[in-house]
Amino acid sequence: MADQLLDTKGLNCPLPILKAKKALKTVPNGGTLEILSTDAGSVADFAAFCRTTGNELLEQGEEGGVYRFVLRKPA
Amino acid sequence: MSNGTEMSTGIDPHTMSIIVTKGSLDWAYPPFILATTAAAMGLEVTMFFTFYGLTLLKKDLKLQVSSLGNPGMKMPMMGMHMGMPNIVSAIPGVDAAASVMMKNLIKKKGVASIDELRELAVEADVRMIACQMTLDLFEYSMDDMIEGPEIGGAATYIEVATQSHINLFI
Repeated sequence: MADQLLDTKGLNCPLPILKAKKALKTVPNGGTLEILSTDAGSVADFAAFCRTTGNELLEQGEEGGVYRFVLRKPA
Repeated sequence: MSNGTEMSTGIDPHTMSIIVTKGSLDWAYPPFILATTAAAMGLEVTMFFTFYGLTLLKKDLKLQVSSLGNPGMKMPMMGMHMGMPNIVSAIPGVDAAASVMMKNLIKKKGVASIDELRELAVEADVRMIACQMTLDLFEYSMDDMIEGPEIGGAATYIEVATQSHINLFI
């Protein structure tokens, strides 16, 4: 279970990334954030976001058109 | 996360500046999307609003879009993509109606409004500079603009650009 869940279903670029950035502020260091999205572009976006910000992309998957990401904030 | 830029030029690679020159609804999106996303990814961003871009700083945003002279504008309508003949844009009210349709489409697709993106940009400490010359030229007042932006001229922007790894003209 991730420390926090962020549901961005129905929101389009760049909102999933912007809301994730905001949500990460309240996640403790070393903690995890689970993000749900229906934006197909968010797959590449979250990978790029993690590479650039140092957050770790722990999990990434898709089920029934909903993309799921689990990010870990650096400790 | 360096890529050699800092070594060779002394410029922090995580810096970006955008010159914003257009004030229509469609042209408002690229600068605000890029600025907010870059800020979310840890870049230091500056936006310089000049000419028609200055209108994007107004408190009361009434952005419009026109299909006039825009052959690339083909909107999803009745199951296909349709454009509008230029002559139709000349009819009073058509641009306003097209703008309403565009805004409805934006809302329907879960895309942020420009108001929302601008607020996110301000929250993310994106530096915003209003072009002094444009304020004078088009007789705008900073009272009409949102709180926050500084006032500057071309030299102000050039200084920012010399310290910025990514410089965009939109």
